[in-house]
Amino acid sequence: MSLNHSIPSYFHIKVDREICRKCKRCTNHCSYDALSFNGERIVSDDSKCVACQRCVAMCPAGAIRIEKNDSFLPFHGNYTRRIRNIIWAQSGNGGVLLSATGNDRPIRTIFDDLLLDACQVTNPSIDPLREPIETKIFFGRKPKKIVFSEDPKKLNNISLKTEFMPNFEIDSPIMVGHMSLGSISYNACMAIYQAAKELNILAGSGEGGLHQDFYEYGPNIITEIASGRFGVDINYLQNAAGIEIKIGQGAKPGHGGHLPGEKVNTLISQTRMIPKGSDALSPYPHHDIYSIEDLAQLISALKEATRYKVPIGVKIAAVHNSAPIAVGIVRGGADFLTIDGFRGGTGAAPRIIRDHAGIPIELAIAVVDKRLREENLRDEVTLVAGGSIRYSADLIKAIALGADVGMCCMPVLIAMGCRVCQQCFRGLCSWGIATQQEYLVKRLDIDVSRNRIINLFHSWNEELKEVLGAMGIDSVESLRSNRDRLRYIGPNPKIADILGVKHAGE
Amino acid sequence: MKWNNYVSLSEKFRNQRVFDGCGISGFINLDGKRENGDQIIDMLSILSERENGLGAGFAGYGIYPRYKECYAIHLLIEDEQSKEHLIRYLDEIGNIIQSEPIPTKIPSNVDNPPITWRIFYEPRHKKSISDDEQVVKLVMNLNDHFNGVFVISSGKNMGVFKGNGWSHEIAEFYNIKDYKAYMWLAHSRFPTNTPGWWGGAHPFNLLGTSVVHNGEITSYGTNMRYLESFGYKCTLLTDTEVIAYLIDLLIRKHKIPVPIATMALAPPLFSTIEAMEPRYQIALKNIRATYRSAMLNGPFSVIVGLSCPKPTLVGLSDRKKLRPLVAAISENKNSIFLSSEEASFKRLKLKEAFNFKKIWQPKSGTAIIAQVGEGLLRNGMETPFEKINLTVEGDI
Ligand code: SF4
Ligand code: SF4
Repeated sequence: MSLNHSIPSYFHIKVDREICRKCKRCTNHCSYDALSFNGERIVSDDSKCVACQRCVAMCPAGAIRIEKNDSFLPFHGNYTRRIRNIIWAQSGNGGVLLSATGNDRPIRTIFDDLLLDACQVTNPSIDPLREPIETKIFFGRKPKKIVFSEDPKKLNNISLKTEFMPNFEIDSPIMVGHMSLGSISYNACMAIYQAAKELNILAGSGEGGLHQDFYEYGPNIITEIASGRFGVDINYLQNAAGIEIKIGQGAKPGHGGHLPGEKVNTLISQTRMIPKGSDALSPYPHHDIYSIEDLAQLISALKEATRYKVPIGVKIAAVHNSAPIAVGIVRGGADFLTIDGFRGGTGAAPRIIRDHAGIPIELAIAVVDKRLREENLRDEVTLVAGGSIRYSADLIKAIALGADVGMCCMPVLIAMGCRVCQQCFRGLCSWGIATQQEYLVKRLDIDVSRNRIINLFHSWNEELKEVLGAMGIDSVESLRSNRDRLRYIGPNPKIADILGVKHAGE
Repeated sequence: MKWNNYVSLSEKFRNQRVFDGCGISGFINLDGKRENGDQIIDMLSILSERENGLGAGFAGYGIYPRYKECYAIHLLIEDEQSKEHLIRYLDEIGNIIQSEPIPTKIPSNVDNPPITWRIFYEPRHKKSISDDEQVVKLVMNLNDHFNGVFVISSGKNMGVFKGNGWSHEIAEFYNIKDYKAYMWLAHSRFPTNTPGWWGGAHPFNLLGTSVVHNGEITSYGTNMRYLESFGYKCTLLTDTEVIAYLIDLLIRKHKIPVPIATMALAPPLFSTIEAMEPRYQIALKNIRATYRSAMLNGPFSVIVGLSCPKPTLVGLSDRKKLRPLVAAISENKNSIFLSSEEASFKRLKLKEAFNFKKIWQPKSGTAIIAQVGEGLLRNGMETPFEKINLTVEGDI
């Protein structure tokens, strides 16, 4: 008999058979086949469990608990369980390991090492319930200056000469990141777009095109042009709040995309404009962009195509030399620039890249903002930053470091029910989010999900106002790049230096 | 008065922003008639609740008619050597028309007073760069890199006089009484965290723009980084410096009409903007979008003196009016007065039997603008485009 090299599971499914009613709901709901009924009782297979918690949520008797299975591996501080699991998995299947969501390594989060300032005595704080505090911002390119002419004879005759570039007004500095139909379900997309419209914020289309049903939300959607050019036609371009050329993604800088043919059902094939059942491969680079001039050409082509009515932007992953790249992109004509940090999410990415490539968004915002200022370009563009903005505190700190808009995905998924099991790439999401299987998608209630997203961002916006009020600021514009209102409390003063933030106590 | 820290803060207080409460006053004679310093001294020194002896200053416009074409560079200098070094440098790069001490009354017991000096200066004309821009660069360079000297003002036919003491002491020290100006600004302060330094007192000045300010700018970091993009160096770590440079950027460099520039600094709320007609919405939304980093946040009231495009006095408070600003017009309608407190006007009434036609409180975030030769252009009670005939070119 050959040796069983199966990988020890992280989880243990504990079914309390005393109270189990044998209703079999859990077995129906488990999309990973970890639970079954053997005619007598519920049996569990720990090796298949991903701790997505669907069974726990669905069990009417409260009979299931997922426990951590950590009792048996000999301890080793260097060959951690994680490393051993990776080796076992690779020696078993001989392939590149896939993963989803964002980097799960316990690397220190810089946002957590930043503290916020508040008013005392010399400047009064503002109560957002009594006084207006403004969170509206303009998305798009601004001129460096506005030209007015004054009639020298009649001073009060003033004319405004500047022609303005398209700008889209949003009510909070928040954007739901790009998650394509394909990476997430129709219901999830619909809930996100409806919420974005209701909140008047932005949401990304991802690179999968825009399904016909989503066109009515176009005015709040940033459509994406990625290397596969899926779903791109003139309606897709003109029907948007903005168009983003995706060069890179924080979770997988330098990597493309691959939607396997089995996920390309009728819905996806229509939206992506590719035959049913065919693989949707997004090349690693754009094969018409091998240099910055090529990118500039694509930007102007898109501007021409949209008659200069839609802001055109570029998304890059945060990497070592993001700052000079950002300058090139802005010089190349981009109206907005999106930077996605190394913790950014993904529906599927090689684990090696997700976990090891890129730099933290906090540092990227600081260096890009600084470099754009040195080149006197900063105020002309909108800077969108994402890559693990988890809650309002991160959003606020990202803005104070220099971002105009904070972009996030995971909080939206979590709001809809995601339990961060990191299995999105398998397309079996038991919550109906990261899946295309009809019976799973049905589980996601659009109305409930929409309302939960609305609640979430409504509370972020209220918390943003609370913080602004405590800082004595009545408009979010005055927080942006106001690094003086941040202090660093982490262990590495070099980080504070790069962020341009003083240490707490200074 | 404190006889130390003339050109910079003492070492241990560097890198700390100065926060203070302040008394501010100013007035302008609309016919351009010049007035000695008595009135402004009275207006300011009555506001003693707002000062604690750690800094005061005055700015007079029209004080040097003889040299009105030259940049009047007012300096605080630590020692003779620095002065000689500076004069040699200016002589090399431009023309010194006149170089002389600013007369002062130094109390007999003081053995290390500052050298107060003024140089009437002309840069060599260049095609590539305007005279104004050359002087701005010069001032930034001197204040940043020249040890032992500090430029306190650099406009034409105007000057700033300031130091570390009570307002009445500073007035006495510089003989403010003896200067004649058509527009005066004055400032006294109550700093919270530093013993102050002479150059750090107000008014702050760059070319013809002088600012006195009461309050704290909570958007300092945003404003400062924005200005740095345009080459300004905010080395003094005070809010007021930032306000002076923003005004210089908007009005001198970007040539934005004064009333519009004040709408960039303290813009109307979006709820107000959205109730306006389309052309105003276009203008105001684009002002907010383009100049989002120039918006001043936090409690403030400022009085600004401008010599360009025309001699102008501007008063502005924050959008919530968290700092006071009161305005008055004289009986003969020729003088406009601004102050952080009405007490300033009462003092003039009592002491000089001065009569006012009206005293009023400008609305929050609404500028009051008075210009020599043009009169009271805005009284601070208007809606944003009232009295302005705005046309928007291109499609609405
Ligand atoms: S859902 Fe709960 S009660 Fe129903 S079979 Fe599963 S464990 Fe038992
Ligand atoms: S979306 Fe679904 S599959 Fe992906 S992490 Fe969340 S629960 Fe798991």
